Amino acid sequence: MAQRIGVSAEGHGKMCLAVPMELTDVRTGGRGTARADGIVRDVDISLIDDPRTGEFVIVHAGFAIERLDRAEAEARIALFEDMARRVSTPEFAS
Amino acid sequence: MKYVDAFRDPAASRAVVSELASLAGKLRESGIRPAIMEVCGTHTMAIARNGIRDVLPPEVSLISGPGCPVCVTEPGYIDAAILAATRATVFTFGDMLNVPGSEDSLATARAAGADVHPCYSPSAALDFARANPARETVFLAIGFETTIAPVAALAAAAENGLPNFSMLTALKLVPPALAALVSDPAVHIDAFLCPAHVSAIIGSDAYAPFAGPGGRPCVIAGFEPLDILYGIRCILAQLADGQAFVENEYARVVKPEGNVKAQNLISRYMEPYDAAWRGIGVIPASGLRLRKQYGAMDAESRFGIRVEPGTPPTGCRCGDVLKGILNPPGCPLFDGRCTPENPVGPCMVSSEGACAAWHSYRRIAPAGKDA
Ligand code: SF4
Repeated sequence: MAQRIGVSAEGHGKMCLAVPMELTDVRTGGRGTARADGIVRDVDISLIDDPRTGEFVIVHAGFAIERLDRAEAEARIALFEDMARRVSTPEFAS
Repeated sequence: MKYVDAFRDPAASRAVVSELASLAGKLRESGIRPAIMEVCGTHTMAIARNGIRDVLPPEVSLISGPGCPVCVTEPGYIDAAILAATRATVFTFGDMLNVPGSEDSLATARAAGADVHPCYSPSAALDFARANPARETVFLAIGFETTIAPVAALAAAAENGLPNFSMLTALKLVPPALAALVSDPAVHIDAFLCPAHVSAIIGSDAYAPFAGPGGRPCVIAGFEPLDILYGIRCILAQLADGQAFVENEYARVVKPEGNVKAQNLISRYMEPYDAAWRGIGVIPASGLRLRKQYGAMDAESRFGIRVEPGTPPTGCRCGDVLKGILNPPGCPLFDGRCTPENPVGPCMVSSEGACAAWHSYRRIAPAGKDA
């Protein structure tokens, strides 16, 4: 079970529907370029207030719908890392 | 992948699962067997794909909700879309192709020569209309708030200078559907696992009417497995404490007020109306349509097409599935007459539909476990 939770191959197939992408270019007319996991896409950024290169955004159907707050993301990752450290028996959830 | 892999970590998952077990133990002592509705189809798919049900304590059940756009689209909308395809080039999300209308689907109409193009982004329709000014182009705009925001951006882009572009809309709102569910005596839900990306648009404050005294815990979670497990953990913690508040566990994307720029664009182009939901019925102010002054972009008024309710397939229990009254294996047609290869109802067509999710991941989520 734990294995399936960790590695979901299909999750990658759906990536442009849900995963954060990094803005590598911001152009006029509400267009930009975003990248994730080696995939580069033209995206519409007209729904984002003041988008900046280097920011991460959530892309849905070719439109950036919201930016990702990196501080919030890092805080949540730290919480999960801390929880993971406290697990001592590797197989107890199987 | 940055900001993805950390939310799929097996060790952290085990830690959350152990917290779930001890919280469920507490609830068991109080005689509570929580029924949690995951409102959004993307959660339904992620829960099935990642085998989340397998690691939940047996007394916790997850119920799929109405948040699958294709599933709640009326058969009459498909009929109208097929009619539109006789007069224009039609662009649609691929999920819509095999959804049964009253008689045909867009796929069968396409095989018979209708000009129907599946697309990943609605921008494809706009690009086509620009490149082919003599050709009427219609985008089939179906979806919830996450899609409504791009559709409003599309309207803004097309408003000036694209007279050959229009949209056939069936746009629906999540909060009115939740309001209808909680007021239905047949529906028993103890808490809502609230959508990730719909909430990015509407904000966490939008769930306040469903929480508070006499309400239910409303926890917003992302779509990664750890997000979902942790969201369920937070729901159990609230229930164990006798609490019911809105908790935003996807704060890396969702703000209390949501995406205000998107909301302003949406209200500039669209107005609420009483929309019909397949299998559920009409819910007051639960849909959005283009405002009258943008009628030229509205395929219904442009082509004189009317979206009627249409005829739903006989025997399909999608309505009960969408309300969380019935788990898919409880439908007599499930995996017999109705399969993804030969779908009877829309819940078996869309990858986000509960019936399709249960079918595809049955070995991971055995039927009956939480039926
Ligand atoms: S299994 Fe098929 S017929 Fe039954 S509710 Fe689901 S989609 Fe409808």
